[in-house]
Amino acid sequence: MSLFRNIVFTAVIAGLLSGLLLTVMQSFSTVPLILQAEVFENAGGEAAHSHDAAPAAAGAAAPAADHHHDDEAWAPADGFERFIYTLAADMLSGIGFALVLIAASEAFGGFKGWRGGLMFGIAGFLAVILAPGLGLPPELPGMPAAELGPRQIWWVSTAVCTALGLGLLVYTRSAVFAALAVVLLIAPHLVGAPLPPSHETAVPMDLHARFVNAVYATNLVFWAVLGALAGVTRERFRAGEEVSAGSPAKLASR
Amino acid sequence: MVQNSAATAVGISASKIIPLSMTALLGLFIVGFVGFSHLEVVHNAAHDTRHSLAFPCH
Repeated sequence: MSLFRNIVFTAVIAGLLSGLLLTVMQSFSTVPLILQAEVFENAGGEAAHSHDAAPAAAGAAAPAADHHHDDEAWAPADGFERFIYTLAADMLSGIGFALVLIAASEAFGGFKGWRGGLMFGIAGFLAVILAPGLGLPPELPGMPAAELGPRQIWWVSTAVCTALGLGLLVYTRSAVFAALAVVLLIAPHLVGAPLPPSHETAVPMDLHARFVNAVYATNLVFWAVLGALAGVTRERFRAGEEVSAGSPAKLASR
Repeated sequence: MVQNSAATAVGISASKIIPLSMTALLGLFIVGFVGFSHLEVVHNAAHDTRHSLAFPCH
């Protein structure tokens, strides 16, 4: 149980700090672009779906529940409230990613310091942001997209395949596994992401281009910091693990 | 298959498997809730995060 507790503690620290950093970076980069895109979205569509506040007024006016959106649903008010919810969601994502990242690293002997953590963090960026982003580029509100379900399945499959492929490349030495790794890395993109029937949108291309750049840049920093922080913090919280893990495992994990 | 090769390569002990998989599952559950839940309220609350992390949205 001490291993579980220590990992959770480490993940919470790394996730909270990197989530805070991510939110600060987003406030200057991606969020302003999202807000700009929502202007086009709300102007172009017949109340396609409104994320912004004014729920009382908008709720009555827009009967159509496009994109499976129910206009009655609660949404945080623009400004401070929305920022706080974004901050909370970023921190939760950071904690969740950190839990998976640390568990994966422990299965392979641990981070062994900030450098190993940084490596795992960059691998996380490749698996969770870059590889899925090749097929499903970061999208702004108001941009057309295929059905949500199939896209989520493709996204998850791509992240899992990429993570497995990277793991095989790093931790095995046989040519067969290397070939399998390459197949795993490429297969999702040969299958292809679910695409919308038309790419027409009211959102300007340059807005989208700037958004894609901002997403990749902020997430690279986020994952690098998350990994390095997890690597540093993990070293400091090992209380009680020697007892439960036994000496051979302890030696292997050091 | 992957797990077997990992186990032989680094000698992961059996006592670690349960806490590690519990940790990973907890992490996946959190990320799934924030990024993939179809609940409207969750989507709205995490909207900017979902877009900024390039999760499939809408």
